[in-house]
Amino acid sequence: MISLAYRDISNSFGRYLLTGIGLGLLIGVTLTMAGVFRGMVDDGKALLRYADADIWVVQQNTLGPFAEPSSLPDNMYRGILAIDGVRQARNVAYLTLEVSHGDHSVRVMLEGTDTQQNLIPLTAGRPIMRSHYELVADERSGFKIGDRIPIHRHDYEVVGLTQGMRSPSGDPILFLPLKDAQEIQFLKDNDAVFRDRKQLETNPKLNPPNNPGLLDAVEQNLFSNHRVNTVLVQLMPGANPRQVADDIEKWLRLTAYPSDEMEEILIGQLIAMASKQIGLFLVILTIVSAAIVALTIYSMTQTKLKEIAVLKLIGTRNILISRMILLEAIGLGLIGFLTGKLAVTYWAPLFPKHIVMLPEDTFRALLITLVICILASIAGIRAALRIPPGSAIGG
Amino acid sequence: MADTNNQVAEQNIIKPAIRVENLSKTYGTGSSAVQALKDASMQVQPGEVVGLLGPSGSGKTTLLQCLGAIIDPSGGRITLGGDLLFENGWQYSDRRTLRRDRIGFIFQRPYLIPFMNATENIAFLPMLQGKSNKQAYKRAEELLDTLDIADRAAARIEQLSGGEQQRVAIARALANRPPIILADEPTAPLDSHRAMSVMQLLHEMAAKSGTAIIVVTHDENIIPVFKRLYRLRDGVLHEEAGEGRGFDYLEN
Repeated sequence: MISLAYRDISNSFGRYLLTGIGLGLLIGVTLTMAGVFRGMVDDGKALLRYADADIWVVQQNTLGPFAEPSSLPDNMYRGILAIDGVRQARNVAYLTLEVSHGDHSVRVMLEGTDTQQNLIPLTAGRPIMRSHYELVADERSGFKIGDRIPIHRHDYEVVGLTQGMRSPSGDPILFLPLKDAQEIQFLKDNDAVFRDRKQLETNPKLNPPNNPGLLDAVEQNLFSNHRVNTVLVQLMPGANPRQVADDIEKWLRLTAYPSDEMEEILIGQLIAMASKQIGLFLVILTIVSAAIVALTIYSMTQTKLKEIAVLKLIGTRNILISRMILLEAIGLGLIGFLTGKLAVTYWAPLFPKHIVMLPEDTFRALLITLVICILASIAGIRAALRIPPGSAIGG
Repeated sequence: MADTNNQVAEQNIIKPAIRVENLSKTYGTGSSAVQALKDASMQVQPGEVVGLLGPSGSGKTTLLQCLGAIIDPSGGRITLGGDLLFENGWQYSDRRTLRRDRIGFIFQRPYLIPFMNATENIAFLPMLQGKSNKQAYKRAEELLDTLDIADRAAARIEQLSGGEQQRVAIARALANRPPIILADEPTAPLDSHRAMSVMQLLHEMAAKSGTAIIVVTHDENIIPVFKRLYRLRDGVLHEEAGEGRGFDYLEN
């Protein structure tokens, strides 16, 4: 038996293929949106993964350090270490800024941490060994080993590279010594320091003639920084994270989140708005895709109404005609899906945002595409079945 | 003995390819009812080609659709090759199969399936009937050969001329060897020379295959070639004798 769908597609393959490719680009956009959403979730989780902390300790009554600002004295970790069940505690400072190297400018998140522990997994180069002015950069920043990156007053040499280290906003992370990060975070420019010093000097209470050391002490305190954004805690085996977090909150008047609660803050709250927006875009795109497929299939049927009437008149069963329309719709969906998948594969790296395509998302997209095509073909099939065979006779 | 002789004599009489008795068709009901066919009766012998004439709205298409088992007549009787097709309803529940196996159609335009080539357009009908691909293609090749377009067998429809397309359409109508072909103005889009050539072809095919052909036409040039005509006016069918002229009468 002659396959009506195969013959019809072969007869106008160019037009069919172009329609499929057009649909594929739309599917590609839909897949990209899903990939952006997955990327945001992955970015949030990546931070938690490499931080490898059981508890995040932040300023009291804040959702810090990412959802809200959080500032702690950098000696607070000593008190935390004294809490029962705590094995290790380390200070971390985060700040986001734009850094440039030559013509290359990129938004990054700086993470100041205790570099003695060498916790960062490297893909190239070496860990930070000096106490100042060295950094490890995520590959996505575009920096290379040996690059000297000017940040505020100092140049920092890239000594190592790492991969997949991103902030919850998707910015690549630069790791550097904690002291450097603290300095960058709070360091004032020369003019501001000069003006502040002038102001202090003219204040008789801070610069009394009989106590020349007071001004130095005030200035030293004012122009240095001893604060961090969070303390990451690792627990002893068997310790209950919620119990230890409660103890930290009770005794140190801080807020402590076990890692699952921090994940909820990062994924559930920080990107909740963005994910809702992307979710809505996905729904709209899916509806638009479905409408376009339905219209395309319907139009394809409308262009051959007379032929369908003749087919019915000469005795072709409805099932053969329906199968032709259904197979053409599924074929269109498959071409569209393949085009979309290929498009995403090639254009995803061009996006500044991290795009993650999970196999289950791809499979789900294929399934949704096929379901949409099958449903869309119903409109065409209904139109075809409504044509009376007698319409082939007469004018 | 006399009864037996009569029975033998009846059996020897050639049964008409199609016999229509008191066929009527009414559209609508009550005050808005329109009677499109009024007690129409006709019969066509195997191998005969008859013309069906009538002005627009006279009921030609309705009659053709009734004969083609496309619409339901309101009353009357249709017999096809001795088999009762319609009397107080269709005697065959599956009219699609009835059309496929026993009625051929030729339209004003060829209406060939554009995504099949010439051979496939013809072979598709035997395939629908359940014939193997080999048998179906063999039948298509026979018909293409008979209709003198064997060299265009693999041509796509848009590559065929108007005349060639109409020949493929005739071949398709003959593909399942139906006892009757209903031709709805088959010469309408053709010039007089080509129209006459199609009419000649239909007569030759009818004579060769024994298929009866009813040709609906408005074409004044081809009317003289029919030996027998039916004329419809306001739903009433009249039989007339035709001139039965030769197919070259226009040139002479």
